[in-house]
Amino acid sequence: MHRINLVKILSLLLLTVTISVNAQHDSHVEKVVDATHTEEVPVEKDLKTEIKEYINHHLLDSYDFSLFSYTTDAGEHKYIGAPLPVILWDGGLQVFSSSKFHHGETLAEVSGNFYKLYHGKIYKTDAEGTITYDEEHHATNVKPLDFSITKNVVFIFLVGLLMFFMFGRMAKNYKKSALPSGLGRLLEPIILYVRDDIAIPNIGIKHYKRYMSYLLTIFFFVWIINLLGLTPLGVNVTNNIAVTLALALMTYFITTFSGNKDYWKHIFWMPGVPTLMKIILAPIELLGTIIKPFSLMIRLYANITAGHIVLMSIIGLMFIFKNWIGSPLSFGLAFALSLLELLVAALQAYIFTMLSALYFGSAVEEHDHH
Amino acid sequence: MEGLNYIGAGLIVIGAGIGIGRIGGQAMEAIARQPEASGKIQTAMLIAAALIEGIGFAALFAA
Repeated sequence: MHRINLVKILSLLLLTVTISVNAQHDSHVEKVVDATHTEEVPVEKDLKTEIKEYINHHLLDSYDFSLFSYTTDAGEHKYIGAPLPVILWDGGLQVFSSSKFHHGETLAEVSGNFYKLYHGKIYKTDAEGTITYDEEHHATNVKPLDFSITKNVVFIFLVGLLMFFMFGRMAKNYKKSALPSGLGRLLEPIILYVRDDIAIPNIGIKHYKRYMSYLLTIFFFVWIINLLGLTPLGVNVTNNIAVTLALALMTYFITTFSGNKDYWKHIFWMPGVPTLMKIILAPIELLGTIIKPFSLMIRLYANITAGHIVLMSIIGLMFIFKNWIGSPLSFGLAFALSLLELLVAALQAYIFTMLSALYFGSAVEEHDHH
Repeated sequence: MEGLNYIGAGLIVIGAGIGIGRIGGQAMEAIARQPEASGKIQTAMLIAAALIEGIGFAALFAA
């Protein structure tokens, strides 16, 4: 029964996406092209540059959820996707739909102000949309404060909701019986694994309970969102460095605030070493507390980004070779690499959780034998 | 001297590759010696590999 409900939720989500897709694009529905085939569009531009641009575009966050684009016979660009709300703070709240930008082709005029989408960022411009530059060719236009619901934000919300329903249902089920049912049968061993093999050995039996909710949340969030990145939806939340920064900051704050006096003593006044060493060690240890979450951030971001770039480049090979050897080669490599990426998706979630647990463990560890 | 970046990046990748390769190899050896400790060895291996990888990526992005 629970399984049916989950299926309902999932199909509801799919339905909402489909409806908005249908609402947005015009009468040209019949031409359905796969997401990876967009490079095929015969433009005079160099193919390699085009593939590179496509990959770069995929790696960036965007103000709309677009699945693919194509050029009609009339030479017109068509985008299939859904616009998302843009929320700006520019001397007052400005809320409008990202469809006003027409994928960066036009200016958006909102209550007398003009905004231009330029290299994935929103700038305030005059009515002609002029962008001024400094010496290093950086735009000097005013950038309004941006709280937009971008593609990444949408998927963070979706995964949050999904996890809320999934685990809420599972928790409710344990009130009725000790045996999990439905999806819980799949999730229970994973949760027990996080508890028995990540939390308890690293944090210790005494304190692990306080951190379980955080560790489980981070594990499943990173895992699900990494897996979503491998679907053709073009989601790539964890290869936005701001997202991994937020995740790493949470680990940092929890570690810092749960540090006991032994933890701080080991940072500022390391016991058991000569005084001169204590003075040298203190700044190094202090820097170490910042480097730890920094490496968490970089690791997750770089792994996922590198995976996406390599995967998309290999798919791009198909369009460069254009002969009987290129396509099977590209297909085979992309298939093998996708399997590897499935492993990496789980591995990165595991590593992030494991290292977080390790840091929490070092913060609450009690040294009574000094 | 723009190309030097790429040489540096190559050196980093070689270094990280050797490091992770050694970890993997030694872990295999350890598991072969003591198959009953394979779980613990695997965990330690993954942590060490992740740490090296983190440094490798950090340097790669700086390059």
